[in-house]
Amino acid sequence: MAEEVKLYGTWSSPFSRRIELALKLKGVPFEYIEEDLSNKSPELLKYNPVHKKIPVLVHNSKPIAESQVILEYIDEIWNNNPILPQDPYQRAMARFWGKFIDEKALATRMKANFAEGKERELVTEEFFQQMKFLENELNGKDFFGGETIGFVDIVAIVVAIWFPLTQEVLGVETFTEEKFPVLFKWIRKITEIDVVNECRPPREKHLAYVKARIEGLKSASK
Amino acid sequence: MANEVVLLDFWPSMFGIRVRIALAEKGVKYEYKEEDLKNKSPLLLQMNPVHKKIPVLIHNGRPFCESPIIVQYIDEVWKDKAPLLPSDPYQRAQARFWVDFIDKKMYDSLRKTWTTKGEEQEAAKKEFFEVLKTLEGQLGDKPFFGGDNFGYVDLSLIPFYCWFYTYETCGKFNVEAECPKFIAWVKRCLQRETVAKALPDGKKVFEFVSAMRTNLGLE
Repeated sequence: MAEEVKLYGTWSSPFSRRIELALKLKGVPFEYIEEDLSNKSPELLKYNPVHKKIPVLVHNSKPIAESQVILEYIDEIWNNNPILPQDPYQRAMARFWGKFIDEKALATRMKANFAEGKERELVTEEFFQQMKFLENELNGKDFFGGETIGFVDIVAIVVAIWFPLTQEVLGVETFTEEKFPVLFKWIRKITEIDVVNECRPPREKHLAYVKARIEGLKSASK
Repeated sequence: MANEVVLLDFWPSMFGIRVRIALAEKGVKYEYKEEDLKNKSPLLLQMNPVHKKIPVLIHNGRPFCESPIIVQYIDEVWKDKAPLLPSDPYQRAQARFWVDFIDKKMYDSLRKTWTTKGEEQEAAKKEFFEVLKTLEGQLGDKPFFGGDNFGYVDLSLIPFYCWFYTYETCGKFNVEAECPKFIAWVKRCLQRETVAKALPDGKKVFEFVSAMRTNLGLE
């Protein structure tokens, strides 16, 4: 049967971009459909009725939602250039850090970006502790996946690209090379990879988008 | 190497119960260590420095944290008996999706039904029933979420049942009246020895929670 792979996503979403990266790493041809989240397509609502979110991968008409679930599925179907390790302990570690990034680091970062006063101090400290845990995972390796990028690297691209960008827009100093030298070395290495750069939002457009979103969020909270 | 398995846990934790069921399904012998969450052991803090939470599975000295990750690890290591996840990749993805849904929706909506009062509590009840109805829809006519066999989604969801007596009493609602299909599924799960043995008695959980609610000023 001819393979039919469709990805419903948005250009600015790190969750959507990580799926593009995984598919490109494995050389899987796919059709990309850009969603307008203010006007979701009937297909998106049909394929992800529970959360109504992107990304959704549709493989031979069968939908899969939730980016980390999609990544594991892609790895199981197309087993060239593996993303997850074979060893059960290493797999568990990869899943652990993937979960940590999406459930902890991202949430803390959001809070740190918008907190004020004493709360800001506390959340910034929490963010520092969390990012230190992540940084320690590199432990002398080029990438979280070892010599080549793997599951955690793909998930952590949000840290490599989105974190410094929001930092730039907000003019804060919570995520700096001074504080995280090892993590920034990893950022330099991963952003040198061609396929990673093929799958990142265009910088100027992304900068403008993040600026507008942050302005929107700031005025909404007033 | 000898298989040394230790579980750091807290008796009413739904997440801990998941791991207990998984280990029982696989017939794995392990040492159970009860944690006092107000006075966490040095071992727990050493084995889970990032989250400092239970459950933690320690297998031959190596720690595993986060219940869905622990259960998948158990399924991969003890793979010759009682498969928990489906063998088909698409079905596996669906199982992971539904456990993620349960973790995002069940715990918080349930917690609010017994930690809040008045309007907030009413909203929490409504949300909880919506979650159950979505799950009922997913179950359909199948005996288990895993199909004919009890599996990963079933074992991830059933532990919440031992908290239902508490939620129903504090929230003044009845799950069976609203979601009979869900309770029918619960009863099927409870027929399994591994499940019946792992779930604490609902009334015991209620006593524990009552003490906590008094401390929160909700009694």
